[in-house]
Amino acid sequence: MTKFDAVVNVLLKPGISDPQGQTIERALPALGYEGVQGVRVGKHIELSVEASSEEEAYARIQEMCERLLANPVIESYEVTVS
Amino acid sequence: MNPRVGVVVFPGSNCDLDAQKAFRDLGADVVSVWHDEETLPEVDVVVLPGGFAHGDYLRTGAIARFSPIMDAVRSFADAGGLLIGICNGFQILCEAGLLPGALRKNAGLKFLCKWVDLRVENASTPFTNAASPGDVLRIPINHFEGNWYAEPDVLDELKANDQIVLRYVDNPNGSLDDVAGICNPERNVFGLMPHPERACEALLGSTDGAVILRSILASSPSLVSAP
Repeated sequence: MTKFDAVVNVLLKPGISDPQGQTIERALPALGYEGVQGVRVGKHIELSVEASSEEEAYARIQEMCERLLANPVIESYEVTVS
Repeated sequence: MNPRVGVVVFPGSNCDLDAQKAFRDLGADVVSVWHDEETLPEVDVVVLPGGFAHGDYLRTGAIARFSPIMDAVRSFADAGGLLIGICNGFQILCEAGLLPGALRKNAGLKFLCKWVDLRVENASTPFTNAASPGDVLRIPINHFEGNWYAEPDVLDELKANDQIVLRYVDNPNGSLDDVAGICNPERNVFGLMPHPERACEALLGSTDGAVILRSILASSPSLVSAP
């Protein structure tokens, strides 16, 4: 078994309104940052898993995302294993 | 025999005592059920109350759905038992897949704690049969993530099956199609963001919540089958 470090980024799906992102986008001009668009807020999750291969680690984390780390109704996720 | 109501208590639940009192005042025998239990006592109705189960960590309801009691709650619902999720309880039911959709952060990004008017869209459920279609109930909301969403095809299905039970008269949180409360196709699982248990005494500003609680108790098997 090898230990694999991984990062999961969870974001609201395109088309799902993101009130946090919108609020940040509206706040930035107050600091003088004009022209900022498309702010989206998500979650960055770091974890390490034991697995016999990188593929297996990836598959296990993928399953964790489907079952817990993301809500597939409104969120998408991206897994990076290193 | 009095209807028997079980109120599940998760770490972080904070409306369980309100729910217990409201049901007890209407004549039910009430028991509290700790989330770590693996079986439910003999009850007619299970309540998942409001609060912040497991701190609402990760997402509202995301951890609570894995509490040991939830397998028993699912079996209870599968067998036709009456299951109601109020506020955080509704969020847990959606995370558990017992009701469709998900609850997003409120559109205005404010925690909302206020009275709202709800229109009864379906009065033929065990949760609303003491009301008439079109009745307006005044019941408080108290949430940050009450902005219900489902894929368009899921929403169409809910509409076609009359599963949208309550709608906001004046949408406070951006909820899709003004949805405030929905039920499953079988009509025995109901979730809503507003708090009917907090609107059961005139002193508190409204007794409209008792319409929902009375519907539930009147539909409970103990009472229905009583001689």
